[in-house]
Amino acid sequence: MAKGPNKEELSKLDYTLPSTEWMDTPVEFKPGTFCWGAKGKNLQTVEFPNARDWTPVEDDWKLPQEWEGTVLEAMADRLSKYRSFKLFMDICVRCGACADKCHFYIGSGDPKNMPVLRAELMRSVYRKYFTTPGKILGRLAGARELNVDVLKEWWYYFFQCTECRRCSVFCPYGIDQAEITMMGREFLNLLGLNTDWISGPVANCYMKGNHLGLEPHAIMNSIEGMIDDIETITGIRINPSFNRKGAEILFVTPSGDLFADPGTFTAMGYMMLFHELGLDYTWSTYASEGGNFGFFTSNEMAKRLNAKIYAEAKRLGVKYIIGGECGHMWRVLTQYMDTWNGPADFLEVPVSPITGTRFENSKSIKMIHVAEFTADLIKHGKLKLDPSRNDNLKLTYHDSCNVARGMGMMEEPRYIIKNVCNNFYEMPEDTIREKTFCCGSGTGLNASENMELRMRGGLPRANAVKYVHEKHGVNMLANICAIDRATLKASMEYWVPQVSVTGLHELVANALIMTGEKERETNLRGEPLPGKEGN
Amino acid sequence: MRVLFPFFTVIVLVLLAFAGVKMANLHFLFGVIIPYAAITVFIAGFIYRVVGWGRSPVPFRIPTTCGQMESFPWIKQNKLENPSTTLGVIGRMLLEVLFFRSLFRNIKTEFREGPKFSYGSDKWLWMAGLAFHWSFLIILIRHLRFFFLKVPYLIHVTESLDSFLQIGAPLFYITDALILGAVTFLVLRRFLIPQVKYISLAADYFPLFLILTIAATGVLMRYFSKVHIVGVKELAMGLVSFSPAVPEGIGVLFYIHLFLVCVLFAYFPFSKLMHMGGVFLSPTRNLANNNRAVRHINPWNYPVHVHTYEEYEDDFREKMKKAGLPVEKE
Amino acid sequence: MYDSGKIIAGLIVFVLLVTFPFISNMGKASAKPKPSIDTPVINEMAVKKCVEPKEFMRAEHMQLLNNWRDSVVRNGDRIYVNTAGQSYNMSLQNTCMNCHSNKKKFCDECHNYMAVNPYCWSCHIQPKEQPNEQPKENML
Repeated sequence: MAKGPNKEELSKLDYTLPSTEWMDTPVEFKPGTFCWGAKGKNLQTVEFPNARDWTPVEDDWKLPQEWEGTVLEAMADRLSKYRSFKLFMDICVRCGACADKCHFYIGSGDPKNMPVLRAELMRSVYRKYFTTPGKILGRLAGARELNVDVLKEWWYYFFQCTECRRCSVFCPYGIDQAEITMMGREFLNLLGLNTDWISGPVANCYMKGNHLGLEPHAIMNSIEGMIDDIETITGIRINPSFNRKGAEILFVTPSGDLFADPGTFTAMGYMMLFHELGLDYTWSTYASEGGNFGFFTSNEMAKRLNAKIYAEAKRLGVKYIIGGECGHMWRVLTQYMDTWNGPADFLEVPVSPITGTRFENSKSIKMIHVAEFTADLIKHGKLKLDPSRNDNLKLTYHDSCNVARGMGMMEEPRYIIKNVCNNFYEMPEDTIREKTFCCGSGTGLNASENMELRMRGGLPRANAVKYVHEKHGVNMLANICAIDRATLKASMEYWVPQVSVTGLHELVANALIMTGEKERETNLRGEPLPGKEGN
Repeated sequence: MRVLFPFFTVIVLVLLAFAGVKMANLHFLFGVIIPYAAITVFIAGFIYRVVGWGRSPVPFRIPTTCGQMESFPWIKQNKLENPSTTLGVIGRMLLEVLFFRSLFRNIKTEFREGPKFSYGSDKWLWMAGLAFHWSFLIILIRHLRFFFLKVPYLIHVTESLDSFLQIGAPLFYITDALILGAVTFLVLRRFLIPQVKYISLAADYFPLFLILTIAATGVLMRYFSKVHIVGVKELAMGLVSFSPAVPEGIGVLFYIHLFLVCVLFAYFPFSKLMHMGGVFLSPTRNLANNNRAVRHINPWNYPVHVHTYEEYEDDFREKMKKAGLPVEKE
Repeated sequence: MYDSGKIIAGLIVFVLLVTFPFISNMGKASAKPKPSIDTPVINEMAVKKCVEPKEFMRAEHMQLLNNWRDSVVRNGDRIYVNTAGQSYNMSLQNTCMNCHSNKKKFCDECHNYMAVNPYCWSCHIQPKEQPNEQPKENML
């Protein structure tokens, strides 16, 4: 990272507040702390308003006429549609319990990154136009007018929130900044104010089925490459199928797993496991994305992208769906998919063909998490595992925000880890499970131009990793999220270079003794297995 | 301004009651009309606000899960922090409403050189919040003795527990000290913690100043500058039996106390104090995490424009065929 | 999902709780307490006056009695000199109750009305008049 942000500067955190009140402190677009603006063509692809190229640092944002009216109208509309939004505008008492819980505030010291204040950016406008005291008393009641400066402030700070929900764990009323950020982004989106890093993947996913824009043959090529690697390592040639009608299971995972290390190792892990089980499953090139960048755009866009999963399951006539390791994907699947695009009455309640376990907890959405599936296999002794193949690793586990706080899957991954690795160390209690820290770059903030912000936001997580690295010699950070695999890699390289990043099923596949495999010399990364270093 | 305005507002309110009763002799206004008006505004306003929230649906089931979900029988679910049943939700809400469960989690993030962070338990806000709210509730219950000829048992018990130290005469109430201490703490932290000061609005200071003054005048009346308490009860009984009459010689301190309480009641529905009703409606807390098992209905769910498989195949048919992928249309 | 049923039920509970004092007093006449000074000793007095003026006694009698108790029990000092310079024996039973021998019509009249249960009689012997209503529960 030659041109990365200055580490010394980022390590000197200053929580001193500005001398001016926050309403009088204008937003400053510091390089490295925001993403490029959305390109017009990407917005056009998904029929979004005010599609044009624009640059956040320029004064003129090329806003449509009467944009204030558009925002306020949308605000009134969402207030009538979302109790969460209306309630969270009204009941905050500004106790400040959320303030030092946000990774962006901890890492940047910018007071507007305190969840309470980030919400006040929106509340102040709400008060001005939707509450009597705000209309009459104005600023005295904490109200302010919506103008270009406020809009820019919204844009800057609603793209400095990863909707990780950590604040909502600590809020005495459960106020969830993610809900407010989501609304803020909806309003901004109505004016064409998205970021390039989000709108690009959204357009890709809409047209091509996945964020990376991999066309059908490219997906197959990518997987072919993995199959070759698997054959080299294990001597076993596996033969996955694509878009196959009549398969029992549709497998959907974030496309990031098909694209770059270490995600690809995780994808290899899934395929090795499924091959060993003889699972009757298929990939889809149409529904080739588990993640959903539409979720970082607007509710409608998220639904539009998500619709493909059920549609494809129906077209292929599968019985149920297994989803890969991803964070926000599982928040969307757990809390939104069935409501948007269900009922999936053409599918069956998932039953593991290997163990016979019926997944009652998914009987409506008919989609299970691959970690649940694998944990169940291990519990029933259906996998031959040699955890010593992971003995070169001292492992810790990062709970993905969305899986922890939007679903609550905490134990299954840990159960798997304990069965496939011998050296596992938890990070400090206040940084894991429901109190886990965001990787720092979720919700589409993992653009390279946003590196300073990402490293700042990633600091609390990295710091906890560093702690177990120093205490226990931890050298590997496991997670179950494709965004984590991309972003934690960067933040580890920056803050704790001695620690690498892995997906859960890479570990599983390394430990998995496959039928008919040759004696393995290396792990999936091509590194010699423990005890084989001399060979 | 954010501090001074609410501070002087409370002072003006005190003076208003003082002048109104002591100089203008408006006993009936301050003793009868304003209390009736305040309680009416309180009830109507409270209902209005809650109904206002209720008119917006909960389109998605979005509980913040704070523990292990319902999973295999061999994995222990955290039924209170991640409930999957109504019973669990009730448990979670009771913990939240009665004991401020979420605030109890509070940790303090500390930054050291390095950079290094440490997280320490920080229960002060929780303790002060709990002391304040419970004291307020107990004090309210105690005050009910002014509204019943035959005072219910529960009120007697509350009263005697609150005064069980048996200090002085009239007996000293523990909650009197607690509420004064807790509110003072809550005010001081808004002054002294820079971040909290930075986010505080006039609307945060006003209720604190108001409640502090209410508590202070109450304490004054009970222990230091006594009013004609039998007269107070006569006034209260007149109000609740809808035959209001203002007894002579109650004392101006009481009218100040009463007026401030009326202001609090009337202000309540239009302020952040509505968190009292709101906490019950919070969708991140009051819903079961059973999304995958039970479909949640969004009343305004509408069809959206999607890119269908057919359109996708049209875009890529040749490439798909070349790669050996099955296609619907040749 | 609106959950209107739950919200309405909650609001009904709220309204019932807030208006509980109104509801439970509906149609009940409120009787005011009228402490009586109609006792033989008081009737015989030429000038009917207590140890201190009436207004002071009404507000502060509990404090005065508390001071008397402390003075007698802790210091053995039994003489009270009032604001007018007159001396009295500090004794609940021999001074106060000598005149106010009608505890039920005098003390209890207001105490019951205000729902206060002074703990005088947990040590002192109650005056022998008509058997008294016991307080509803024993105070601690």
